[in-house]
Amino acid sequence: MSMHNIGIIIILNILVTAGLADELPDLGVPVDAETLAAIDFTVLPNGDGLPDGSGTAAGGAAIYQLHCLACHGEGGIGSVNDSLVGGHDSLATQRPQKTVGSYWPYATTIFDYVRRAMPLQAPGALSNDEIYAVTAYLLFLNGIVGEDKEINSRTLPLVEMPNRDGFVWVY
Amino acid sequence: MSEFDKFPAAGNGLLDRRIFLRGSLVGGTSLLTARAVATTRESWMRSPGAPMDEIGEPSPHEAHVKRTNVRSTTGTTGTGVSFTPHEHLDGIITPSRLHFERHHSGIPDIDPDAHRLIIYGLVERPLSFSLDTLSRYPMISRINFLECSGNSGSCLAPDPIQAPLSFYHGLVAGSEWGGVPLSALLDEVGVKPEAKWIVADGADSPVMNRSVPLDKAFDDAIIALYQNGERLRPSNGYPMRLFLPGWEGNMSVKWLRTIKVVDQPAMSKDETSKYSDLQPDGSSQLFTFPMGVKSLIRSPSHGMSLDEPGVYQISGIAWSGHGGVRRVEVSADGGKTWADAALDDTVLSKNLTCFRSAWRWDGSPSTIMSRATDDKGHVQPTRDSIIADRSVGNFYHYNGIQAWRVGKQGEVTHVYA
Ligand code: HEC
Repeated sequence: MSMHNIGIIIILNILVTAGLADELPDLGVPVDAETLAAIDFTVLPNGDGLPDGSGTAAGGAAIYQLHCLACHGEGGIGSVNDSLVGGHDSLATQRPQKTVGSYWPYATTIFDYVRRAMPLQAPGALSNDEIYAVTAYLLFLNGIVGEDKEINSRTLPLVEMPNRDGFVWVY
Repeated sequence: MSEFDKFPAAGNGLLDRRIFLRGSLVGGTSLLTARAVATTRESWMRSPGAPMDEIGEPSPHEAHVKRTNVRSTTGTTGTGVSFTPHEHLDGIITPSRLHFERHHSGIPDIDPDAHRLIIYGLVERPLSFSLDTLSRYPMISRINFLECSGNSGSCLAPDPIQAPLSFYHGLVAGSEWGGVPLSALLDEVGVKPEAKWIVADGADSPVMNRSVPLDKAFDDAIIALYQNGERLRPSNGYPMRLFLPGWEGNMSVKWLRTIKVVDQPAMSKDETSKYSDLQPDGSSQLFTFPMGVKSLIRSPSHGMSLDEPGVYQISGIAWSGHGGVRRVEVSADGGKTWADAALDDTVLSKNLTCFRSAWRWDGSPSTIMSRATDDKGHVQPTRDSIIADRSVGNFYHYNGIQAWRVGKQGEVTHVYA
């Protein structure tokens, strides 16, 4: 095939592709801000997506006993599902224990995950205040914040997790 | 000496793959147990057969071909796995009903008319799509494997698990996935220049989520509506799922409900706490997305037995999340010598590829294994080399060479070699 022909084919291709883009069905329906707020579960490490509300570990203890203890155990250890506490300084050993306290790089992930998924059998049952409180309680049990530290959308992203710098991006 | 033995290819009776290319096995039926064909009629030939049916079911004689190792995390229902029974399968398409499952809180019962996919975040116009409207977009279909990043991880156990291979390699399957390229929908919402990632959420009760780099979303991601020609099954994301060819299965979010376009990953529980790869020094690799090159002899494998010395087919599957399979080698002497296996015609990028070798088993104990190389040059590693620089706390992305031991009686067991 001559160069001349290739040129023509390329031009035709561009025309066809451009034409196709115009021909896309374009059937998406605009979504209003209220709906977006309702379906948005994503909390970013910088705190983007965290709602209003607050709580402390002191208040979170009771919520934990009621909604979490059965599966995650007294003090977040030793029940049928994941341990949420402990394992500090174990990651480089022959018995690494990955928990919220020893492994998770961002405290925002606790709020994000508990809001979307926990308690397992009734996600959505907790108010934002309760989620902040139980998040504070897990941080407290792991020795990361004090019992009376107020956790809210401003303070949570500032909490420094012990393994914050333990992750290397390979993508 | 038979026709086969004219083509020795590697030690301990491995024969040349040209036997398959030339179709010689067809001519070699004398190797199969000869069964006299009577001129009289078998019982099922003496009257008309069963009527037609709306849904074709497998033969009742195949009822044992089921997903295996179906189990839930203690204290839960539906948080767990079921494994594809590869020891019973051949070919590159896994029947949808046997596709493996890994769920984090059961299978939601979604009303397809009420379900919406909403794309929002760093976009010009947030838009919502119903299943009906998505069905009007130009679709594509591709044949790709899907593999859980934890597949085969139990081969890191100190002793080889003495169970059929699905119990440790059953979290991979191949399907034709059909749907709308995500790039078309992203073009429609208009992605803002500062966007770098998307976060996909499912409509299951834990709203399972993963962050995906925007370049993958534009490259080959699809909103899958069809699997193997029919609508997705509930256990695979009905009515729609994200599908990311070649990447760890957890990212192909099932029951897809929202896509948020963002400038950074969400660092969700599943991408930090779970699917990150702990290193011996205590650090962790984040975002190890593609599944490595891997192969697996499905037959013969653990639990099968060779009836008598003679020629057997060694067959299996190979795949790579980086591209296509270029080569599969088979060894019948525990890795001392290798010979190229024949690949079936259908070699597709990021899909299962079937390989086949002919082997004359002389009746002595033998170790068989396979090793794949992909078209980017990645070679499947040995188990030893993987373990050498791996933390005991990393279960993910295990793609070591799998070995089977054929004993004196022809019995096949799982070994490390
Ligand atoms: C019915 C049992 C059950 C209850 C009650 C429950 N959880 Fe869980 N939790 C689980 C299971 C199961 C998982 C693992 C889910 C998975 O496989 O994705 C989990 C995972 C978690 C994790 C992630 C652990 C990790 O290391 O990845 C956190 C954090 C958590 N739960 C917090 C809570 C909190 C806080 C509550 C109370 C508000 C709670 N859970 C109540 C069963 C439960």
